[in-house]
Amino acid sequence: MGVEHKLGEMGIVTTTLEQAVNWARTRAMWPLLFGLACCAIEMMAAQASHYDMSRFGMELMRPSPRQSDLMIVAGRVTRKMAPVLRRLYDQMVEPKWVIAMGDCASCGGVFNNYAVLQGVDEVVPVDVYVAGCPPRPEQLIHGVLTLHAKVMKEHPLRQRA
Amino acid sequence: MDAYLTDVVIPTLQQRLAAAPQIFRDEVSFVVPPERLLEAARLLRDELDFDALLDLTAVDYWPDGQPRFHVVYQFYSYTHNVAVRVRVPVAEDAAEVPSLVAWYPSANWYEREVWDMFGIRFTGHPDLRRILMPYDWVGHPLRKDYPLGYEEPQFTFNFDDIERRKPRPRA
Repeated sequence: MGVEHKLGEMGIVTTTLEQAVNWARTRAMWPLLFGLACCAIEMMAAQASHYDMSRFGMELMRPSPRQSDLMIVAGRVTRKMAPVLRRLYDQMVEPKWVIAMGDCASCGGVFNNYAVLQGVDEVVPVDVYVAGCPPRPEQLIHGVLTLHAKVMKEHPLRQRA
Repeated sequence: MDAYLTDVVIPTLQQRLAAAPQIFRDEVSFVVPPERLLEAARLLRDELDFDALLDLTAVDYWPDGQPRFHVVYQFYSYTHNVAVRVRVPVAEDAAEVPSLVAWYPSANWYEREVWDMFGIRFTGHPDLRRILMPYDWVGHPLRKDYPLGYEEPQFTFNFDDIERRKPRPRA
């Protein structure tokens, strides 16, 4: 952890640049509107006023992949939809993260057959898997907070070897 | 059963198509060979007021049924509130049936679905391609000899075996 403390009454906080960048990324992470099936209802419920997700900076879901950071894949993905999913993921701008919401996005769920992708990680890299059929809004919010914890530990400025 | 059905529909169809009706608990169905399907459709729509094609599916009777497929049409009349079913037996090696798109436009996507799932061609269809599976898919999934295509569950007795072969998430 970086050093963060206030210097007297002057309202100055010291920290590392990486901590600041990660803090900014987590506090305003815009999700891509990607509700495919029943999990979308729970995602909408999490977005609505009772389990407000705008507390976490996700005031609204962006329909455009160019303007979003987070893709919450909510629902089962069929083989016909998989190339579309990959194309939208490729159109998102770095930094980007993926939450696989629900059992169908994580592992195929109850649909163990030829037509449904057995887990959306066959086509996109997933950061957080949220289990449930459908997961309650609190579970989705826990998944978002887990993603926040993961992002806070990243090193965005480190040079890649 | 409805008077319109017993007095008008069944005798007319029986006579003109030379097909015996199969009646089960107020449901009427006729077995019609593929050559007489268009004639039956014209008859049902123009003379007997069956203005709606409610459903068009197929059944696969593999391995023991001869002929292998039956294409099933459900016709409905709004004015008389009666429904009638027409079954067309289709053999596997000559899986072709005339298309009803000219008579009932709602048959368009139903016939695409039957082509996708069973492999039965509809001659005269304007745009016969896959509708549920990806466009380059090989095989017809709802046939009885098509594999289920499921991922094998990992129990304790085959744990190591599956562990070696199972798909890993791509990074």
